[in-house]
Amino acid sequence: MFSRDTWQEIFLSIRKNKMRTFLAGFTVTIGILIFVSLVGLTNGLQNTFNEAFGDDANNVFFLFPGRTSVPYKGYKSNRRIEFENSDLEDIEKNFENYVEYITPRIQRGGIVSYKEEYDNYTTRGVAPGHQEAEKTIMMKGRYINQEDVRHKTKYAVIGRLVEKDLFKDENAMGKFIDISGSVFKVIGVYQDDGGDNEERLIYIPYTTRQLIEKNNDKIDQIIIGFKPEIGYAGAMVFEGQLRNFMKDKKFISPDDQNGLFIRNVADQLQQTQQFSSIIAIVLSVFAFGTIIAGIIGISNIMVFVVKERTKEIGIRKALGATPKSVISTILLESVFITTLSGYAGMLIGVVIMNSIGNSLKEDYFITNPYIDFGLATTATIILIFFGALAGYIPARKAARIKPIVALRDE
Amino acid sequence: MIEIKDLHKSYKMGSNTLHVLKGINFSVKEGELVAIMGSSGSGKSTLLNILGMLDEADSGEYTLDGVPIKNLTETKAAIYRNKFLGFIFQSFNLINYKTALENVALPLYYQKMPRKERQAKALKYLEQVGLKEWSHHLPSELSGGQKQRVAIARAMVAEPKVLLADELTGALDSKTSYEVMDLIQKINDQGNTILVVTHEPDIAQMCKRIVYLKDGVIIKDEKVEQVKASAYV
Repeated sequence: MFSRDTWQEIFLSIRKNKMRTFLAGFTVTIGILIFVSLVGLTNGLQNTFNEAFGDDANNVFFLFPGRTSVPYKGYKSNRRIEFENSDLEDIEKNFENYVEYITPRIQRGGIVSYKEEYDNYTTRGVAPGHQEAEKTIMMKGRYINQEDVRHKTKYAVIGRLVEKDLFKDENAMGKFIDISGSVFKVIGVYQDDGGDNEERLIYIPYTTRQLIEKNNDKIDQIIIGFKPEIGYAGAMVFEGQLRNFMKDKKFISPDDQNGLFIRNVADQLQQTQQFSSIIAIVLSVFAFGTIIAGIIGISNIMVFVVKERTKEIGIRKALGATPKSVISTILLESVFITTLSGYAGMLIGVVIMNSIGNSLKEDYFITNPYIDFGLATTATIILIFFGALAGYIPARKAARIKPIVALRDE
Repeated sequence: MIEIKDLHKSYKMGSNTLHVLKGINFSVKEGELVAIMGSSGSGKSTLLNILGMLDEADSGEYTLDGVPIKNLTETKAAIYRNKFLGFIFQSFNLINYKTALENVALPLYYQKMPRKERQAKALKYLEQVGLKEWSHHLPSELSGGQKQRVAIARAMVAEPKVLLADELTGALDSKTSYEVMDLIQKINDQGNTILVVTHEPDIAQMCKRIVYLKDGVIIKDEKVEQVKASAYV
């Protein structure tokens, strides 16, 4: 089967029948190319989702105060709810088993300047736990720590782009910046995968912020990181208990939907992941359909090829070709063509995927499309196998035809 | 060389059965040049196809060079065809994408002869039919007579026991026909056994024996004075 003569026969037949070869090969190449592209784009889409939602920790609740909409326990409705430092302590004390870390966030905008350079930046007053909630990555120095919070230090941790904008080529570490009239020392520079906006933030101890604002104890938001081991169900239970606890403490009616808001990232994450996996399923169906279409295409061409060669097969049989040699020549030829062109389609697809990279990210939400090499190879092998099977059936039929029938003049 | 006893063959045409060969008895000795004559529908091509193992008889005995030809598998028939028989067809039946040399070498390929040897032998036979210079031409670049000579070389190359020719001059003009018959006579003079199916009396007269077939039976079987084709060339 693998003698030099057999292959010479096959190469001759391929060389002398270029159109036929091209048609068969083209079908397979296109089939594999579309398959690789679809799977690659699906993966790219999922990459974008993972990037968008994977940047922040997902075991996190955000608590926002609102305004009451129902009178309760002698309080009128439309009362503004405020969080205070004591809320942090109470939550931590009452939900020890759930809470991994807790941090307030007091967000303010303002002019920040260093020497001649200045711009408008958002400053966040936070506790150390905030680093984990945002997955902030330190490049230089350190984050806000518990000592900073206790002593209300005037320390600031700035984003990579803040350093770049204000300090140009200078090293910001240890320098002093002016934040809305107060001077802070830069103790750290961070980066964040969440995009440019997340790298234009400045973090200071929340107690320092409160000190500047007439030494109050008000908090904008509370961010709670719960222990991952409690799982999705545990998080739901915790959310319910936390809601009841805070409503009770702030004298909000249990029926009031507006006094207090909890944003549960785990819940959101679950939804977006479902969405992205539905897209993946739809595209997988398309990719599978492409392979099926490819198989049908190659089958059609094989039937045509065998039909076209019926007379040649008759001649060969009259000259002493055994059915086995007839079948194996036709099959080897078709497997050879499908293998080469399938591989070509795979290579073209992979090259296209690689060259796309991040260029489709902004408009089409596709990041770094790729295809698993094993999957692409499997798809190619499946196509080759079915191409061979599709060729085998008519080839066997042709090999059984009596030469006299095949040779009959039209 | 060939022994046939009470050969029958019929074809089913829808609900009707067409009885084509109705008990043929006939034998051919080594070195004979036999013409099988008859009008169309007389069964002559069917007889040749059965002799060539391209088709099977319904009943009767067929012995080729002492080997009974019966209940052959496809593979066995292929091997016998390759070893015992050489075919020459009316429409040449060359493979159109192979050169003259490759066409001639094809039966040797199925004998698994090494490539070099195969080509040398094919070239020798092409030379014998006077087409050595045309060995690397495709069939489409050859005239009808040249194509038939390539086909004759191909039929000869495996050195078969019997050459079977089906209307080998049917697609040729009379001058070319005589050239081809001259070649056939020369090959026969070398001692090869040849069977020629034809409906042309002048071609039949160039053989040494004529078997007349009509409606599936042999009506006459006679030795004739051979007309030398070289006289017309």
